Amino acid sequence: MNISASWYCFKGILIREFLRFVQQRSRFLSALIRPLLWLIVFAAGFRAALGIAIIDPYETYITYETYIAPGLCCMILLFNGMQSSLSMVYDREMGSMRVLLMSPLPRPYLLLCKMVSTALISLTQVYAFLLIALLVDVEPPLLGYLTVLPALLLVALLLSSLGLFLSTRIRQLENFAGVMNFVIFPMFFLSSALYPLWKMQEASEWLYWICAVNPFSHAVELVRYALYLKLNTDAMFITAGCTLFFAVLAVTGFNPQKSGK
Amino acid sequence: MTISVESLSFSYGPKQALQDVDFLLDKGVFHALIGPNGAGKSTLFALLTRLYELQGGNIYIDGQSIKEQPASAMKRIGVVFQQSTLDLDLTVTQNLLYHASLHGIPSKEAQKQIDNELDRMEMKTRANEKVRGLNGGHRRRVEIARALLHKPDILLLDEPTVGLDPQTRRGLNRHVRKLCDDENITVLWATHLMEEIDLNDPIILLHKGSILLDSVASTMIEKSGEQNLTDAFHKLTDSESFGGTQ
Repeated sequence: MNISASWYCFKGILIREFLRFVQQRSRFLSALIRPLLWLIVFAAGFRAALGIAIIDPYETYITYETYIAPGLCCMILLFNGMQSSLSMVYDREMGSMRVLLMSPLPRPYLLLCKMVSTALISLTQVYAFLLIALLVDVEPPLLGYLTVLPALLLVALLLSSLGLFLSTRIRQLENFAGVMNFVIFPMFFLSSALYPLWKMQEASEWLYWICAVNPFSHAVELVRYALYLKLNTDAMFITAGCTLFFAVLAVTGFNPQKSGK
Repeated sequence: MTISVESLSFSYGPKQALQDVDFLLDKGVFHALIGPNGAGKSTLFALLTRLYELQGGNIYIDGQSIKEQPASAMKRIGVVFQQSTLDLDLTVTQNLLYHASLHGIPSKEAQKQIDNELDRMEMKTRANEKVRGLNGGHRRRVEIARALLHKPDILLLDEPTVGLDPQTRRGLNRHVRKLCDDENITVLWATHLMEEIDLNDPIILLHKGSILLDSVASTMIEKSGEQNLTDAFHKLTDSESFGGTQ
């Protein structure tokens, strides 16, 4: 495989995804409004009910807004990953997937480019969210904005590879509603995004275990620690392992024949 | 550049779509692939473009198997699919740049090539318009320009004139024939509209997944005993389908 050709190919896919993203302004706005509603409205209502003790990686008492901010960053990435799954199914149904598959470059590489492009575009939304979050006093250390970048990228890759895998399983665009109910909501609510897991353990032992094995919990913790200049190695390895697992499933499960119909 | 298809068979589960299909396309020649709906034309295109994996038989491009050397095959083939595959919300140039990048062409070189192809297609003035704003004929021209961007030796067009008015159909057909003459491009043009075929064009008549005739168009008239291509096509395909059940 020619390296410069591979680079031009990646650049082309990234630009195309970016142009599509920019043109869908409502997608950008809804990607921001959703977590901001949680941060401003939900957090205001639950602040009193959900007092947070001093827990790692925080060194002092924190507001509930500060606690849920990393989870909401991951929520943006989760919705984007699933959005990419939807756009793959749409591309397949509309026929534009064939253009991608006509490339002389290897198909696993093309799918990888698509995954990385989706992940990179998601990051711009996360940073936009973190900037707005400053207004409600979510103020991680300045250096945290930099150290969180590789963590966010890894989580974005995990969720876009999951999205790509789901797109190989979804036969029609209409089936996408099932993804909302069976993937997005359980992944998000059964995680440490909105409440620490010890709180969940107090309420229910079995729910706690479901949250503890949910890869999204580890993704959230990876981002939480990285935002506060710490590395959660367990979370990093689990997130990286799951990314690899879903990426392999997505690439091996991809059936070009579906794109030709 | 020649394409050789040897003993090609394909089935969707129990349904046989292609059965032992053999043919050869000559370099720089306009070939028509004809057949009624469901004859297997689109399946054949999907196999030629590697959208479907080969099940039985093989396809060779200048002696190289597309199964063993897929990358080299894809570099040499340009395709216009039956269903439009342009991104409606991107401009003409953005669509073409995307295609060029998928073929590993640097953007500067691609831009030059895009200018040339759009000029040739008389679409240069529409380069910065969104595809959504173009009519069917113009979209097809953009798709042909796109298929030629990476300078392929072979152009495959799957019913490219579907949904176009007769004048636009004739224009596209003439343009593609000119490509054969001027650029020595090998063309396979799938259609079921006989007015798009000249009497001395080589034709491959596909029916129920098998080749009914592989000759020049005038032979189809001789074999059927009819007066023109349209009647000959209907007679050969209809008589075959009714005759088989009698």
